[in-house]
Amino acid sequence: MSNPSSSSNELFGYVAEFSSAADLYHAAEKVRDAGFRRWDVHTPYPVHGMDHAMGLGKSWLSALVLGGGISGSLTALLLQFFTQVSLYPTVVQSKPTNLFTIPAFFPVTFELTILLSAFATVGGLFTIIALPRWNHPLFNSPLFSKFSNDGFLLVIEARDPKFHGEKTRELLSEIGAGQIEEVTY
Amino acid sequence: MADTSSANVPVHPSEAEGVAREQLVLNNRSLGWITDRVCGIVENRQPLIWWVLFVPSVFGFLCLVFSLVYLVSTGVGVWGMNHPVAWGWDIVNFVFWIGIGHAGTLISAILFLTRQKWRTSVNRASEAMTIFAVMCAGIFPGFHVGRFWMVWFLAPIPNSNAIWQNFKSPLLWDVFAVSTYFTVSLIFWYIGLIPDLATLRDRAKGIAKKLYGFFAFGWRGGNRQWRHYEMAYLILAALSTPLVLSVHSVVSFDFATSVIPGWHTTIFPPYFVAGAIFGGFAMVLTLMLPVRKLYGLEDLITGKHIDNMAKIILLTGTIVGYAYIMELFISYYGANAFEADAFHMRILSGPYTWAYYCMFFCNVIAPQVFWFHYCRHNLWIVFIIANFVNFGMWFERFVIIPTSLARDFLPGQWGNYSASWVEKLLFGGSFGMFMMLFLLFLRFLPVIAIGEVKGVLPQSDPHYPEWKRLREKRRAAAN
Repeated sequence: MSNPSSSSNELFGYVAEFSSAADLYHAAEKVRDAGFRRWDVHTPYPVHGMDHAMGLGKSWLSALVLGGGISGSLTALLLQFFTQVSLYPTVVQSKPTNLFTIPAFFPVTFELTILLSAFATVGGLFTIIALPRWNHPLFNSPLFSKFSNDGFLLVIEARDPKFHGEKTRELLSEIGAGQIEEVTY
Repeated sequence: MADTSSANVPVHPSEAEGVAREQLVLNNRSLGWITDRVCGIVENRQPLIWWVLFVPSVFGFLCLVFSLVYLVSTGVGVWGMNHPVAWGWDIVNFVFWIGIGHAGTLISAILFLTRQKWRTSVNRASEAMTIFAVMCAGIFPGFHVGRFWMVWFLAPIPNSNAIWQNFKSPLLWDVFAVSTYFTVSLIFWYIGLIPDLATLRDRAKGIAKKLYGFFAFGWRGGNRQWRHYEMAYLILAALSTPLVLSVHSVVSFDFATSVIPGWHTTIFPPYFVAGAIFGGFAMVLTLMLPVRKLYGLEDLITGKHIDNMAKIILLTGTIVGYAYIMELFISYYGANAFEADAFHMRILSGPYTWAYYCMFFCNVIAPQVFWFHYCRHNLWIVFIIANFVNFGMWFERFVIIPTSLARDFLPGQWGNYSASWVEKLLFGGSFGMFMMLFLLFLRFLPVIAIGEVKGVLPQSDPHYPEWKRLREKRRAAAN
């Protein structure tokens, strides 16, 4: 992934390493209070309570899933009523097919509700978190690859309006960062 | 705890030495140790035993392919099914394999919703087991339709006769239930894999780095990703929980909505679901006990995990035993002559009573040893009992399916059934395919959910230092 030779010199931001989840948690609170917007913490596992420390709200993915579930139910009901009741009533063992046979249509409705909700979950997730994205400036950083092992990293992007080369670096050292690395595009 | 009366800081009962909870990961392992140990399985050469198991598994898989080719090229007559017994080993094996899958979803979804943190060490392998078991299961009804090339008739698309599927048929419900189950299980498993694939990517070199990188989708582990990821995981767990309960219920509808004595009972859905979880946990233990030993994962899959799974086997096995006895009671008490006769033949005078007692011993009697702490902690006993359960759950399906068909309403249409060599080869081959897929999974993918296990370590809690300080203060005060 990393290909430092092709990277230009334009600054993407700072990657700062912290020694533990607790340190990173408190550092995140301070970065949040300093008013930064384009920053993130990168951890090997989701740190409990980090959303609060970063000032992030609840994920709104569930709203998309509700939409998926409703469309699944409607698809299944339409499919079954259209094909079984209006298009060509299937009469097997002289059992009727009409509006009142809805209990027999329940299992398929249920399964399609689940199926389309699951599709909405996975589609919505990848859309919101903007993956797949195989190329990212952070992959140029040797320090960054520690996130997937045991690194607790805080990244502040240069695009942030509050970002100010030296001052931001000082802030990071102040809140307890160990190694700080500049990442370029 | 010595003399707590002198303490001015109250001691929370959960922190008293005697009742402290066992650690989920033993020996205070670090985050890096977990990464190295789990990724090492994929990165290092496989032990000899892996090859010793893999080669016969591939051979078994080839047997499966051969028996299917022989079946399709010759005709369905090569199976031992006959007029009264039109559902034989194929449906038995379908229900057997689909049931095994249920433990994986139970561990990944239901234990997630109930906040059972011990699930993290075993969920990845169990979910893989689910997917491979459902793949094995899918083969059987697919070929059971007779003309395999017409299997697309199952899909709700208008065919050349312009007749739509009968949506009131439990067989069609089953198509929807099983295919949804497979798809959702696969999505759930893959979503869980993404962070661990990123871990493998960051350690690998060359072509492996490119491949793992491709499948990790460029995961960066930022909290702005994690928070949606965690929500997606929670939602998938919430979707899978009713789904897994519905799948085996729908499978049981295949039988319960028919009129065959021995099938036509309302107890089937809960009875099938409990049996599926029961058989599935037995298969999880059968697979994980050797894996844990072979790859040195004793600190991650601890005695506590095995103990918990043995307890679930005991619980579900007892539910299954209750269902067996209740079936007998209802057939006696229900005043339906046909049902009374079906169960009379099942336990006393029929041609397959040996299968009933085999099932009863393996599923109800054998797991009762798990009442004893010693038996839940002796791995040989756990392994042997788990295999009794695997065996017994296959017999349960055999007892329900062919033996009920062999003796229905009119003695004039009674018949007997025994499987042909093609069916036996197919069943053996499905184990080969299952083992082959599982061994490939061990070889190429992280067998333990690295990210999730890291999250349950005590030091992973952002408030760990405060918590530790408080505990030390309490200890000092107590002493």
